[in-house]
Amino acid sequence: MSYCKQEGKDQIIFVTKEDHEAPSNAELVEDDPNDPYEDHGLILPNGDINWNCPCLGGMASGPCGQQFKDAFSCFHNSKEEVKGSECIDFFRGMQECMQKYPELYPQEDDNESAPSGEAESFQTSNNANKNKTSSYS
Amino acid sequence: MADLPTTTTYLETSQQDDTGVPSPTINTRGRFLLRHERTPQFVQPAHMSSGPSGGGGENTLYFVLVGATCLAGGAYAYSTLVGDRERYQQRITEIESRSSKPAAEPSTPAKTQPETAAQAVSEPTEASEPASAAASTAVEPTHAPYLLIGGGTASFAAARSIRARDPGARVLIVTEEDDLPYMRPPLSKELWFSDDPTVTETLRFKQWNGKERSIYFQPSSFYVSPTELESVENGGVAVLTGRKVMHMDVRGNKVKLSDGTEISYDKCLIATGGIPRNLQVIERAGDEVMKRTTLFRKIEDFKALEKVSRELKSITIIGGGFLGSELACALGRRSADLGLEVVQMFPEKGNMGKVLPEYLSNWTTDKVKKEGVKVLTEAVVKNVTYKEGKVEIKLKDGRVVKTDHVVAAVGLEPSVELAKSAGLEIDSDFGGFRVNAELQARSNIWVAGDAACFYDIKLGRRRVEHHDHAVVSGRLAGENMTGARKPYWHQSMFWSDLGPDVGYEAIGIVDSSLPTVGVFAKATAKDTPKAATEQSGTGIRSESETEAVAGSVAVGKAAPTPPPQQKEDYGKGVIFYLRDKVVVGIVLWNVFNRMPIARKIIKDGEEHADLNEVAKLFNIHEE
Repeated sequence: MSYCKQEGKDQIIFVTKEDHEAPSNAELVEDDPNDPYEDHGLILPNGDINWNCPCLGGMASGPCGQQFKDAFSCFHNSKEEVKGSECIDFFRGMQECMQKYPELYPQEDDNESAPSGEAESFQTSNNANKNKTSSYS
Repeated sequence: MADLPTTTTYLETSQQDDTGVPSPTINTRGRFLLRHERTPQFVQPAHMSSGPSGGGGENTLYFVLVGATCLAGGAYAYSTLVGDRERYQQRITEIESRSSKPAAEPSTPAKTQPETAAQAVSEPTEASEPASAAASTAVEPTHAPYLLIGGGTASFAAARSIRARDPGARVLIVTEEDDLPYMRPPLSKELWFSDDPTVTETLRFKQWNGKERSIYFQPSSFYVSPTELESVENGGVAVLTGRKVMHMDVRGNKVKLSDGTEISYDKCLIATGGIPRNLQVIERAGDEVMKRTTLFRKIEDFKALEKVSRELKSITIIGGGFLGSELACALGRRSADLGLEVVQMFPEKGNMGKVLPEYLSNWTTDKVKKEGVKVLTEAVVKNVTYKEGKVEIKLKDGRVVKTDHVVAAVGLEPSVELAKSAGLEIDSDFGGFRVNAELQARSNIWVAGDAACFYDIKLGRRRVEHHDHAVVSGRLAGENMTGARKPYWHQSMFWSDLGPDVGYEAIGIVDSSLPTVGVFAKATAKDTPKAATEQSGTGIRSESETEAVAGSVAVGKAAPTPPPQQKEDYGKGVIFYLRDKVVVGIVLWNVFNRMPIARKIIKDGEEHADLNEVAKLFNIHEE
């Protein structure tokens, strides 16, 4: 059973699982989907790509940022049956650029699409061990 | 180039003695000229060599010899000066033609320039300065469309934001430090838990799920060299290390660096962060104490303290806030292996006394003690001396602590030295540069990170010294520098881990002086920071929040441990901080991955009659 105690200005409530089973009646304000101030995900309300999305990691801002933006924009706007089939050249350009920076873009086969393409920061331990140099000065 | 002196001048300045013969001046030219003037007179006595003034003849010979030497010397000096002037002119024209090319120039010819220029005898010193300045700007940029002052988290986040939004942007970061931008939280957490003996060199840390990363945001290959910034095709981010911005000319849109270089900008970000505060009693205690005191902030401080922890027998941490408590816990865990005594002292009644309500602060203090730390609460330092090879700390209540090394973690002083030359406002309540809700100080100047005192539309004017705020504000500043015109809206969060059993995330204004309502459930073995990351499969607790945030997992021992000992109380829960009945801050106590709900509640800013109902939204009993 829940119980309450007060320590000066601080109130403390202990609750059991059962106490919290009933759904909350706390009222939350409706979110405005077009809120201009709000941070948006990968796609902005107007359909554009949010290049500043944290989900992209540094893909759009690194040395191959321009190539990445070109490739991904093409893919995003593609209306072909096989989406992005006309964007092969852009993707090739991006791949060529990335090969020049193996430290930043370790070669992973499924690195083409943006959301899984956090090539720089969050590598698996395999790649991290591959690049285990200490020269970051 | 000074004009050759006229004869009149020299005659006027020469001194005359009673004999009517002007005594030699120090200037050979003058002597030469005087000689020349006076020679007819002296020639005459020579004719009287056979007279009683036989000494006159010898004198004559002497004078002639001296005269000839002076003549020769003067002629040589004259030719050298003229020759040097010609050479100097040649060099200047050469340098000017060079500086107009953007190609990178090796700096060694630049260095030899000032040396040879200075060798000229009466060459004014200004000649060497324009030579070296012209040579160095040939190497490095003189103009940056985006200039970021400071090379920390906020600056890096801004750089990334600018590059994402402005294609081909050229961003120049100028930092005092010698390191590329790096994240600070692991310096007092993960790096201490690493098993790798070379961690002080690699600065890499392994998270629970095996993912390893460096504290540097990006390796050096990410950045463009400063000399190539103006020319590289798609722009980039360049970092000028070891340079401090000393002076800011807001009207002229330019800054001056510690080495005299001037860089002009279109848009500028001030992200100078701060420097650790020190206690007056330590500053007054003398060199022997200062030598044994660490003000912890940077990579070099981490390296130094790590070395100290292996070599000395006792370390005392003064300060009971985030940094002090985290360092105490980190060192406390090593204390058994290293035979190290770890003491922590602070004026409050418990760890995090200014952040957590008293009951929780006391509970936390117990946990810290279990990490092997000797905690002295309600400890106010009276004076510090160096005695018999030990640092002796005397407290106001009479207690004495003898230790080998002191770490002062007593707050941060925001770096606002540029405010004077830039004419920017400093906030008297919170410190830091005063900026508006869009982080702008003046037309082309923004401030982000620890140094920014900004207006938060929801919570009022504040200054925040947390990592995620640096990321959020840096990103926002970058957006606004590229025309977004957005106010501070996405509330930043912070977190802390004090050992494997105590971890919390928080958001908003978390001040223990506010009335609080805490809703707690009984914790199970699954509710620890370690479990949180294992379950979510991410090595970085805040990955869902902002990607550039460091891992926050405390590393436990590899050997199987019994389920953590937890009291019935305060295992896990949610604590609401209220101001005028509105929730302005929330602490998620050993409850993870619920930050979006907390953020929503703060954003709403509503008065809730029953906070237990609000607490239900967090499902604290579930994983």
